[in-house]
Amino acid sequence: MSARTTLRAFPTLLRVGFAEAVAYRAEMLIWVLSTTMPLVNMVLWMAVSREAPVGRFGEADFISYFLATFAVRQLATSWAAWLINWEVKQGTLAMRLLRPISPLWAYAVESIAAFPMRLMVAVPVILLSVALVGQKAVPQHAWQWGFFVLAVIGGWAVAFLANVAIGALCFFLESSQKVLEVWLVLFFVCSGYMYPVELLPPTLRTLIDWLPFRYQIGVPVELLTANYGWEESLRLLAAQWAWVAVLGALAAVTWKQGVRRFAAFGG
Amino acid sequence: MKVKRYLRLLGIQLKASGLLSLQYRADFFTEGLTSLFWTFTALAPLFVVYSERPNLEGWSFGEALLVVGWFTLLQGILEGAINPSLTGVVEHIRKGTLDFVLLKPADAQFLVSTQRFQPWRAFNVLTGVGLFVYAFMHLGRWPSVTGLLASVLLLGTSTLLLYSLWILTVSAAFFVVRVDNLTYLFTSIFDFARWPSSVFQGVGRGVLTLVFTYVIPLALMTTFPAQAMLGRLPPQSLVGAVVGAGLFAWGSRQVWLRSIRRYTSASS
Repeated sequence: MSARTTLRAFPTLLRVGFAEAVAYRAEMLIWVLSTTMPLVNMVLWMAVSREAPVGRFGEADFISYFLATFAVRQLATSWAAWLINWEVKQGTLAMRLLRPISPLWAYAVESIAAFPMRLMVAVPVILLSVALVGQKAVPQHAWQWGFFVLAVIGGWAVAFLANVAIGALCFFLESSQKVLEVWLVLFFVCSGYMYPVELLPPTLRTLIDWLPFRYQIGVPVELLTANYGWEESLRLLAAQWAWVAVLGALAAVTWKQGVRRFAAFGG
Repeated sequence: MKVKRYLRLLGIQLKASGLLSLQYRADFFTEGLTSLFWTFTALAPLFVVYSERPNLEGWSFGEALLVVGWFTLLQGILEGAINPSLTGVVEHIRKGTLDFVLLKPADAQFLVSTQRFQPWRAFNVLTGVGLFVYAFMHLGRWPSVTGLLASVLLLGTSTLLLYSLWILTVSAAFFVVRVDNLTYLFTSIFDFARWPSSVFQGVGRGVLTLVFTYVIPLALMTTFPAQAMLGRLPPQSLVGAVVGAGLFAWGSRQVWLRSIRRYTSASS
């Protein structure tokens, strides 16, 4: 499992992952269509803001916010926890463990390799947002675009690492599906997926600033749509990557401790 | 005669499912906890919206809460009585074991729809009723008897609509193989039913409201019963809902019969 073998396997794994994403494109489209929640909330908030703006959000701001949420959700997402649970239950994880590369890399690459296909959904949605709302739906400066790209990668990393940490809990709990559900509920409520976190009361906002959820969806979306200055952007990005580091350590530890307890049933 | 036979069959199927779930009694508590937890995601946006505005498209907080209550209640019915059976059908079609169901001397749609019930999953029904009580306490009044009767009638039509929509989704399994994620698609469209349908009237000059009333009748499922409870559903809407649900059920039955003709079993 040296770093060199891992690195050498990367291009091949990416190619395989991409081919898989192309092969299952219809399935991916259904997954995309099933993330309609931002659109439900967009319509809702448009109705709320029709008479008067809410905070700094007018009708157009809500359109750009939620279309961005929809687009970011396509990229900053992971289903590794579900996959790990399934493979441990079926015993098929044994096959992955036999390979000279950590299964975690395989999961990560599988998800990254789907990016080109997912971009084909996300980019048109952003373009639609620009068409509907105008220039202010996207950053005006090149550096803001750079920050946004970093934030999307960070958002994906938060999602993926949290998923691995939760997935690895199934080595201890038989199944960590319920833990995943708890995570998902908190994600929906705290991430800015259903409403901009700015609209929450100040005490709740401080709490959410300290939790990882907002850094998966809310922060990339805000960096795309909110026209933040240097300082604010840098602060948010630093907090996000701090969470990436924490979750990375957490994922590595739970996985390493957990996988020792793995016993393949069936096969 | 026929009705009696099918009622007996239903009894047997219910008993089998009931016995099976008695083996997993602890699930009642875990399902209950998760149900309460998920209700949180339905309520959070409600609280955020109504902290900004006292009134949204003619719905106050307590009134909108009733719609969420109906949404939660129907979710309970969906997950406890409809989902378990019909996800089984998808498995049957994929593996080719639907043969065994088709061979039995009873209606196939009846058999597959009653093959599995998961009462603990229906905990959401209780949560929904709890939300009704809370909503009416918030409104400071109680529903009229006729309003309650109408809403019970609409509970029947909503369940029928939900079931028919599911039959339509499952019928798609005969044409495309991978349908397990169609169930997610279905649930996410159902998400629109969390809110009073009048919220959507501003989009595309009311096209969305029309779609949710006549094409995918989500408005009939949650908004109508909530209005009935509040005593402000016009009688013609009530009649329309009953007739519409009947027509929808008949249509989905026709689609099922047509789809099942395409079933060719699996070779393995």
